Amino acid sequence: MDAKNIIAKRAAKELKDGDIVNLGIGLPTLLTSYLDPDLDIIFQSENGILGMGDTPEVGKEDPDITNAGGAFVTVKSGAAFFDSATSFGIIRGGHVDVTVLGALQIDEQGSLASHIIPGKLVPGMGGAMDLVVGAKKVIVVTTHTAKGDAPKILHRCTLPLTAYKKVNRIITELAVIDCTPEGLVLREINANTTVDEVKRLTEADLIIPEHVGRFE
Amino acid sequence: MKNKLISAQEAAEKIKSGSSLMYGGFIGVGTPDAIVDEIVKRAPKELTLIGNDTGKPDKGVSKLIAAGLVKKVIASHIGTNPQTGELMGKGELEVELVPQGSLAEKIRAGGFGLGGVLTPTGLGTDVAAGKQIINVDGKDYILEKALKGDVAIISGSIVDKAGNVYYKGTTRNFCPLVAAAADVVIVYAEKLVEVGEIPPENVMTPGIFVDFIVEGK
Repeated sequence: MDAKNIIAKRAAKELKDGDIVNLGIGLPTLLTSYLDPDLDIIFQSENGILGMGDTPEVGKEDPDITNAGGAFVTVKSGAAFFDSATSFGIIRGGHVDVTVLGALQIDEQGSLASHIIPGKLVPGMGGAMDLVVGAKKVIVVTTHTAKGDAPKILHRCTLPLTAYKKVNRIITELAVIDCTPEGLVLREINANTTVDEVKRLTEADLIIPEHVGRFE
Repeated sequence: MKNKLISAQEAAEKIKSGSSLMYGGFIGVGTPDAIVDEIVKRAPKELTLIGNDTGKPDKGVSKLIAAGLVKKVIASHIGTNPQTGELMGKGELEVELVPQGSLAEKIRAGGFGLGGVLTPTGLGTDVAAGKQIINVDGKDYILEKALKGDVAIISGSIVDKAGNVYYKGTTRNFCPLVAAAADVVIVYAEKLVEVGEIPPENVMTPGIFVDFIVEGK
């Protein structure tokens, strides 16, 4: 299993029955492949859906039903469509339980940079800044390091911030880390790694509790 | 009843050089491509675009940017149309990025008689730079000022001849917001029906907001 699937599999465990969840584009969307089908989870899409379903079968796409990445989707029975003000009222108003986003950098304060590399990559924040402010739980999923083992979990983000002190949990292929007022706490490590290896690949200081869990 | 029906060419004539053009659409879904195509032909210059994103290369307002008609973009996300970022990098296009929920509220405020909104979105980030921070009952908020446009173009799935609009699926997005916030509002009717055929409770944008209707082919 590659890093992204390891992350998605572990992150899927964060979603609970009845949760209202917004998944970012890319890696976060992969979580749906690892969800327990018995869980009743309501997916929100910021372009105006509560109750988003799976990708439609080829030939059954409806051009008027798309997700926030512009891809065709289906909706589940009982779904609702709405305009963008209502959509962000749902998000900012605290009605979304969990948001899962990707990251370029995360830091010891629970701040996140994910939307811009000045002069290089400027997609923009889209709905991310509202999601991190409004969702009850903010989970960041990311590979532990960038190319060449360059740390992504830093003392302080150097890129422009998308969220200031809003991240609750970081999930990588190597570790599960909680952002707390005291700093970053290592909760779990991948069964195939060690605490020392995680520390080596993390620039930020990690608080290591007596018990650190393991995940597959 | 005023006859609101015009052609796509006549719709394009409403957009003058230098005007601010609001548009419905989320990566092009809800943007009237037929009107965009006519604007490209008519080629007004120095436009300011206000909408969620700049479409993708083959869909939405991207063609206006490709044709060099745009001076400034106010949007939340430009990643799906790489040309916007390229022109921004070269200094040929001014881009103001606004968090999506704040953009929706700025436009809503513009249409609904408010000076702006107070939002916690963007506190502690570059988005707050230069903006007034207002503390209400111990919590900080950014003052995001209202946005208005000269012209708005939207798509409607079913539109009656009075301009009442019903939107299907996710085509609604920014359409009802920009319809209230612009001086001149043009709806592209995917399906045009007689007045009374849309049940009043299914009207999502009341016809009073709509000045002109372009009947879809």
